[in-house]
Amino acid sequence: MVSEPHVETLALREQFNTPEQQKDASGLGMWVFLITEVMFFGGMFAAYTVYRSIYPGVFGTASRTLNTTIGALNTAVLLCSSFTMVLAVRAGQLGRRKQIMVFLILTLILGLMFLGVKGYEWNEKFVEHHIPGPTFHMDGPGLQNHAQLFFSLYFAMTGLHALHMIVGAGLLSWLLFETYQGKFSAAYYTPIDMIGLYWHFVDIIWIFLFPLLYLIDRHGG
Amino acid sequence: MITAAVAEQETYLNAGHGIKSWLLTKDHKRIGLLYLFTVTFFFFIGGIFATLIRVELLSPNGNLVSSETYNKLFTMHGVVMVFFFLLPSIPATLGNFVLPLMIGARDLAFPRINLLSWYLLVVGGLFAIFAMVAGGVDTGWTFYTPYSTSYSNTWVIATALGIFIAGFSSILTGLNFIVTVHRMRCPGMTWFRMPLFVWAHYATALIQVLGTPVLAVTLVLVLCERLFHIGIFDPALGGDPVLFQHLFWFYSHPAVYIMILPAMGVISELISTFSRKAIFGYGFVAFSSVAIAVLGFLVWGHHLFVSGQSFFAGMVFSFLSYFVAIPSAIKVFNWTATLYKGSISYATPMLYAFGFIGLFTIGGLTGLFVAALGIDVHVTDTYFVVAHFHYIMVGGAIMGYLGGLHFWWPKMTGRMYPEGWAKISALVIFLGFNLTFFPQFILGYLGMPRRYHVYPNEFQVLHVLSTAGASVLAVGYMMPLVYFIWSLKYGAIAGRNPWRATGLEWQTESPPPVHNFDVIPVVTHDAYDYSTVIGEEVHVG
Repeated sequence: MVSEPHVETLALREQFNTPEQQKDASGLGMWVFLITEVMFFGGMFAAYTVYRSIYPGVFGTASRTLNTTIGALNTAVLLCSSFTMVLAVRAGQLGRRKQIMVFLILTLILGLMFLGVKGYEWNEKFVEHHIPGPTFHMDGPGLQNHAQLFFSLYFAMTGLHALHMIVGAGLLSWLLFETYQGKFSAAYYTPIDMIGLYWHFVDIIWIFLFPLLYLIDRHGG
Repeated sequence: MITAAVAEQETYLNAGHGIKSWLLTKDHKRIGLLYLFTVTFFFFIGGIFATLIRVELLSPNGNLVSSETYNKLFTMHGVVMVFFFLLPSIPATLGNFVLPLMIGARDLAFPRINLLSWYLLVVGGLFAIFAMVAGGVDTGWTFYTPYSTSYSNTWVIATALGIFIAGFSSILTGLNFIVTVHRMRCPGMTWFRMPLFVWAHYATALIQVLGTPVLAVTLVLVLCERLFHIGIFDPALGGDPVLFQHLFWFYSHPAVYIMILPAMGVISELISTFSRKAIFGYGFVAFSSVAIAVLGFLVWGHHLFVSGQSFFAGMVFSFLSYFVAIPSAIKVFNWTATLYKGSISYATPMLYAFGFIGLFTIGGLTGLFVAALGIDVHVTDTYFVVAHFHYIMVGGAIMGYLGGLHFWWPKMTGRMYPEGWAKISALVIFLGFNLTFFPQFILGYLGMPRRYHVYPNEFQVLHVLSTAGASVLAVGYMMPLVYFIWSLKYGAIAGRNPWRATGLEWQTESPPPVHNFDVIPVVTHDAYDYSTVIGEEVHVG
């Protein structure tokens, strides 16, 4: 049997035999990528765990300087963005171009809101001299040195998370452009699906960061 | 058009011309060759550093280079060889080239990501080269804190960034292999009909995907610490330098298996092909690869026996390290059992396979020495350790790489290499290797520390022997470079299946057409079923 000439389309690139095979491969590839992301953040979570167990009191005190209300608000914003992302994927499944665009724009706005609030929080830390380094200042036994560890990890973890959000915002903008150009249909919406997975993953990282950084010792001290 | 097609068959090599058709290619075979050029380049760069180290060690007084320069030499030798040669060597060149062919696929699942991963290696390599040219780096390839973060006055940031970027190349290659093996197998190619090379690469890909991100985040923390002095690994602020070692070795011990597992996959192919027998205990060899990948993640603490890790942690890590010996031994015994009553021929790839088995066994058994708590305290940071891991990495990984390169060279280029010269070079490499590294076991046991260039006079004889061996080894490595290039023009035409091997890669043309197979094959037999290739004999001649 001689195979028919293989016409390459977005839904069927030349290395695949069927669109289903391509969709499966993309999905598996994305999940494997997300596993690498878990390991990437995992290194930082490990470092956090080690230092928190060495300096539990200091971490509690330092954690209480974070603004829980704003953190909770931001968590809500991010959860809403996940919801609108799901709706965008659903609209993709149904091939409704206008709906996809509306929900992508909403997701993008909520994502940018999160980043804005994060920027406000970081600025507060700056004003309070809680940025690790020579200007760092915190009164209390052992705090001047060891609280820097907490804030180093705070900035490293939320910073990397924010970086992922910025990448996500870029991806959403690209999706928006592609949708506008009419690239997606009910037969082919894999990129929306995949970037949706990525967006939810970034969300989940925050779901772990929020209690670990903000809520560990609310009633202590 | 038609006459041209008759005169010259279209292959992946002549399907496009010009530099652009190579730099923008999505063909896994061309990308494999791009990797081949790149890792060969880095191999010889790393080799130059090794040469300078060995020349320096000829005399006990350290009169060729200063101590600072010597620190930079062994650091850059390690960085280049580990991150820019060994890690990409077999998976990214041979794996890229033959893995899709072996499972009957037209390409990897994500060809553009495959090309991206090559660019990442090149960009990472450029950072490392920049660091070398600008003045080098002296932390050792391990970047131990707080030296790397607070004290070293060299190009740590550029080098670490280079490794960080090259790490993503490794991650993406692994990701591509995992998805390809899961989703791209041709009809009939079940998991247990896959060649063992594919199993080995699957296991390798698991490590690349699970381990490398941890190295990436560790390097990010080192960079933050070095740039902003934020104290994550700085004892002055309550940070813990040993945490760095834990994070670093969580990746870097499994990374050793990223280097050796693909070589083991190559050896399985070679042993079977050149003894014309199915691998003894296929399932055991396949699962031992996965077992090595899994166990490899549980033993990193054996690098920290003298770093202030708790005694009980040391005992557990020592115990677990012994477990790795089991799947490794399964492989060695099964290869040996495959030879029994086989119809053995001594082509060059088989010589490399024999070399691998012997040297890997020595490297593996000395691994048990250093996994034992008591002995390790005696030999920590001595040449015993240096000799041990060179037996695994050079004696194991590079022997496997060269064996595989000779084996698939006819497939990659359509030409045979000169067998006589190749046999001589395999022998020269084997002898040169042993002369270089065996004396280092003795040196280390007698107490010669690694990373020192001034040493007591009584060690000189052994060091001179080692340097002499390195010269022989260098000659051995230059020979394939010359005759491989020679063979591109003058080598005998190979034909489809010069080794009468069973893999699907041998059923297509040499060199293969762009889409690998004119008709996607359907597999009806287990791997290594030599009854299926008897008909081929007539064509090959």
